[in-house]
Amino acid sequence: MASDLRELYQEVILDHNKKPRNFREMEPFDRKVEGFNPLCGDRLTLFMKIEDGVIKDVTFQGSGCAISTASASMMTEALVGKTFEEAEQMFSEFHDLVTGDPTDEPKVGEHLDKLEIFAGIREFPARVKCATLCWHTAKAALEGGQKSVSTE
Amino acid sequence: MTAQSVRAASAMLDGGAFDVERYRADFPILTTQVRGKELVYLDNAASAQKPRQVIDAIAEFDRASYANIHRGVHHLSQVATKAYEGARDKVRAFMNAEQDREIIFVRGTTEAINLVASSYGRANLQAGDEILITHLEHHSNIVPWQILCQQTGAVLKVAPISDEGEIVMDEFKKLVGKKTKIVAVNHVSNALGTINPVDEIIALAHEVGAVALIDGAQSAPHLAIDVRALDADFYAFSSHKIFGPTGVGVLYGKAALLEAMPPYQGGGDMISYVTFEETRYNRIPYKFEAGTPNITGVVGMGAAIDYIQSVGLDAIGAYEHELLEYATERVGAVEGVRLVGTAAKKAGVLSFVIDGVHPHDVGTILDQAGIAIRAGHHCAQPVMDRFGIPATARASFAFYNTKAEIDALVDGIHQIRKVFG
Repeated sequence: MASDLRELYQEVILDHNKKPRNFREMEPFDRKVEGFNPLCGDRLTLFMKIEDGVIKDVTFQGSGCAISTASASMMTEALVGKTFEEAEQMFSEFHDLVTGDPTDEPKVGEHLDKLEIFAGIREFPARVKCATLCWHTAKAALEGGQKSVSTE
Repeated sequence: MTAQSVRAASAMLDGGAFDVERYRADFPILTTQVRGKELVYLDNAASAQKPRQVIDAIAEFDRASYANIHRGVHHLSQVATKAYEGARDKVRAFMNAEQDREIIFVRGTTEAINLVASSYGRANLQAGDEILITHLEHHSNIVPWQILCQQTGAVLKVAPISDEGEIVMDEFKKLVGKKTKIVAVNHVSNALGTINPVDEIIALAHEVGAVALIDGAQSAPHLAIDVRALDADFYAFSSHKIFGPTGVGVLYGKAALLEAMPPYQGGGDMISYVTFEETRYNRIPYKFEAGTPNITGVVGMGAAIDYIQSVGLDAIGAYEHELLEYATERVGAVEGVRLVGTAAKKAGVLSFVIDGVHPHDVGTILDQAGIAIRAGHHCAQPVMDRFGIPATARASFAFYNTKAEIDALVDGIHQIRKVFG
């Protein structure tokens, strides 16, 4: 396999695609937002439980490609225990990571931890929206008010 | 028959062999390298590539013959008008229409359908009337009718399709009735490749006095179109799917229908006389060609038609059939692959899904091997819903594709299965 492809489809990503974590509905929930990518038809529903400004639990449902499923799965794990502020920072660090110039060293923000493996997406601009759909949905959930969010 | 098509026909008779390499040499883009690999272009249903005959005709027209048309007095305008109207006659012959004035130049199939929905539809439909389409349609043959229904109170009816991706004709017949005013169906499905029995569908529409519109976007590159044999009332296709430029297409309409229809857009060229009190519209087809049209695009489309005629649609159809059968057998034989759309009559399209792999991942991995396919819902989400899938991977063929390219596709699919193993 070409090295770019190996960067994109790392074992961890393939594993989360096959066995997505926190892949279930939540009842009761504090926040529920639907994310939709109209160009490719990917959709996910994100559920959140929040206590005193801290994310207590995140789950999701939906269908999408390996990148979007793995990204959502890993995001749900990464967000638990984070404050709103930390989550916002993760959102912008993740965004910077996957949209960075592929010829530069990847910009790995301090909150990203395991999510660093998504740096490979920089080589595949057509797939950035797959990875960021769940993050846009989470951002909308944290901000409240919105019931659905679209990448377009 | 042109000298070239005689040559093509006799080549077929000689050994039945289609000289694909000879035609490939006409398409400069086919020598492009993608990510260090030779391009394998299997996204022809989205848009086809252009032969140098079309590329050169466009450049030559812009270099030596371009001016605005129908403004007559100066030399270049006359030359340009002649080229533009000459292309109209080429289109007429291509579709076997009776008269040039039945050929309207539009932006593409989408605009053609919108033109009929807006002009014919709003003038002729009333609340409670019915428009009949099928579950196989592209969004562009769904949404204009939904808009028309909102405007008039007409009702949209949808004929079902089978598990093979064929229109269920028994159900279709039940939906044709005295309330039916418009029947709109694609000739070939863009998502699945099904060739629909449009002759039978048009006859059914006529039995109840409805008009039939055929969306020919996917048929025009593969099948000979004969609007008179079909008795189609309206027939639409796009230049960019038949190896011509984007931004131009054709609406064929029977003269009597077009004459009775109100204009679609107002502006220059579509009028014969304007005062603030009264405006008289131009005759057809100009009544429907408001504003300066895509002059160079029309000339390019004319060159594309010349090119297709030189290869010959019979030869193209026979070769592509062989290609599709080969692809169906080879791709279908890969473990974990399911073909979506297995109609008895198909043209040019192989849609498939791979167990446990989303079509977008299929598209990305094939792209790394230089293979261009389409992954997604193909602007036909109801078709995807019908099969309970979000998307498919779609390989779509043109006469310049080869069996070796299908082998490359199959190798790519094996690679995907390995990655996702």
